[in-house]
Amino acid sequence: MRQDLATPDSETIRAIIAAERHREGPLLPILHALQAEYDHIPESALPLIAEALALTRAEVHGVVTFYHDFREAPAGRHVVKVCRAEACQSMGANDMAARLLDLLGLDGYGTLPDGSVTVEPVYCLGLCACAPAAMVDGTLLGRADSPAIAAKLAKAEAPA
Amino acid sequence: MKVYIPLDSAAVALGADDVADAIRAEASARGLDVQVIRNGTRGMVFLEPLVEVDCGAGRIGYGNASPADAGAILDGTADDLGPVEDIPYLAKQTRLTFARCGVIDPLSLSDYEAHGGLAGLRRAIAMSGEEIVEEVKTSGLRGRGGAGFPTGIKWDTVRQAQADQKYIVCNADEGDSGTFADRMIMEGDPFCLIEGMAIAGLATGATRGFVYLRSEYPVAIGVMEEAIRRARGAKVLGDDVLASGRTFDMEVRVGAGAYVCGEETSLLNSLEGKRGVVRAKPPLPALEGAFGKPTVVNNVISLATVPVIFEKGAQHYADFGLGRSRGTIPLQIAGNVARGGLFETAFGMPLGDIVNDIGGGTASGRPVKAVQVGGPLGAYFAPHQFDTPFGYEEFDGEGGLIGHAGLTIFDDSADMLGMARFAMEFCAVESCGKCTPCRIGAVRGVETLDRIAAGDPAAQEVLTDLCDTMTSGSLCALGGFTPYPVMSALRLFPEDFGATKEAAE
Ligand SMILES: Cc1cc2nc3c(=O)[nH]c(=O)nc-3n(C[C@H](O)[C@H](O)[C@H](O)COP(=O)(O)O)c2cc1C
Ligand code: FES
Repeated sequence: MRQDLATPDSETIRAIIAAERHREGPLLPILHALQAEYDHIPESALPLIAEALALTRAEVHGVVTFYHDFREAPAGRHVVKVCRAEACQSMGANDMAARLLDLLGLDGYGTLPDGSVTVEPVYCLGLCACAPAAMVDGTLLGRADSPAIAAKLAKAEAPA
Repeated sequence: MKVYIPLDSAAVALGADDVADAIRAEASARGLDVQVIRNGTRGMVFLEPLVEVDCGAGRIGYGNASPADAGAILDGTADDLGPVEDIPYLAKQTRLTFARCGVIDPLSLSDYEAHGGLAGLRRAIAMSGEEIVEEVKTSGLRGRGGAGFPTGIKWDTVRQAQADQKYIVCNADEGDSGTFADRMIMEGDPFCLIEGMAIAGLATGATRGFVYLRSEYPVAIGVMEEAIRRARGAKVLGDDVLASGRTFDMEVRVGAGAYVCGEETSLLNSLEGKRGVVRAKPPLPALEGAFGKPTVVNNVISLATVPVIFEKGAQHYADFGLGRSRGTIPLQIAGNVARGGLFETAFGMPLGDIVNDIGGGTASGRPVKAVQVGGPLGAYFAPHQFDTPFGYEEFDGEGGLIGHAGLTIFDDSADMLGMARFAMEFCAVESCGKCTPCRIGAVRGVETLDRIAAGDPAAQEVLTDLCDTMTSGSLCALGGFTPYPVMSALRLFPEDFGATKEAAE
């Protein structure tokens, strides 16, 4: 459980939907706003969105699951996105990712059991001329290396 | 004293924010009157963070700056690169689309105007829609998103369509590995894209625009949104564009991490709030696009090149280039390369010159093995093809494509079977699922490449057949072009697929 996230309640969800509804093609903006609030798309939001936009629940579900960005459950407290596209591979991104997972004690992409860190792949951050690239909690890193990322995470997790 | 430190994502990823903080702190500790400007990048990523200092006699560059250099930079005692405009990498370029990028404060509309901005829009306002389209046709501009379709012809179709509402949609999904030109101009000269979209609106009668911008670009999203707000405030956008009595307004829409949403019909579905599945064509988006209305869908660079065409004249633009590839192209030199960055030049430069003379060869210092041109759907090129001039038809003739003009360089440690497998894997992950050759073919492709890796002699023929099926049967270029990297890797590097060189020939 992420202590820093509010528990989804229908009143807040309705307010978030209402704030974006007036747009042409409002569904993606609504989903982005929900994810910004809860770090995932709460199951309980689906019928409320469906009702507001006159869609079926299945249609909304279909959209949520189509896009890589939308999560079914919150990520870990810290999120590392490692680029695994071609330009980063040419600069050793695969080894970098393997080493990072190893340093963190993860078997593959995913979240540590204590919920502290999620590592996920991303396909290109537009930093292909300073590869390999990564993003740690929204901070971009060029010429990234795994010990530096691991150190950054350890620092972020350390009690203040 | 003015100090320029880029806000560009690549500069920030290499520490530009910390450098800016250090410069500000050092300046205030010394009581110096320093104006810190967060500019776009000049595109010389290999020099980032590149700090520029202007004491009234031009801008002097300090490359690869770190926070520890702040004091020496302010003193002028740090090692400098001389005047930035004289650095060969920049001096050799022909900057038309990117003329202002890295030079101005991206969010200053007065800076923008002082450097030629809005001149094109003012000229277009005095022209009819038909005249605007003619000008774009004369320039020879072709779509920079990959397909190379003539921009003027696309606009003309939308112009002539009858509808109560038309749209300009800017494709800023830039998912191709090895490309960052769209990001760079949105972060470094956002008004240029706004101006280009407004001109497209005047040409076609479209009054609303969207920039469909990928979520992986948070800096670009922030800069574009602020620039749109400021343009609206200055009445460049709105119901009376530059006092013309004409309406054009626009907004940013953020993607959600699906590569296929860069395909224009998938993008339109996504914009409408649907799954980003590809639509069958016809109908063309130009006739039935966003929300079923006539729509121009253009890449960022196509649209951001329009202002300079109107500022300097279509013929000026068309005078650059080679064959049917007119004007300039922002090459993005990426991957394992010594001098990675953006290099805008007239079409026609041979591939080898780009890789070796401009890029300086590999970053690792090892020999170049392969260059993938045009992103994950582009073919690999080997050094024996390095005399190919950079142009649409010229690359097509070599069994490849220029795509969005990204070049990803690999040294001799690259495993080309592994890269071919990755191409299939990527296609499988990103397929929208609508057509079978792409959805199933890509999965079979991964399996077949694994069989080749395991030494199965029959598997190569299976792979070739599979690629033929994907090429001819896929609904869009995701499945249709994935065979480019796969088959070029197999053709050029048979030894990586288990063949001895002689046996393959
Ligand atoms: C899988 C796929 C991904 C694409 N991604 C992009 C992209 O990120 N940006 C882009 O401008 N065009 C992309 N395209 C090309 C678009 O479909 C379309 O041709 C382009 O946006 C038209 O604009 P232009 O004429 O200005 O190039 C992609 C095509 C395919 C098949
Ligand atoms: S390929 Fe990794 S940032 Fe572009």
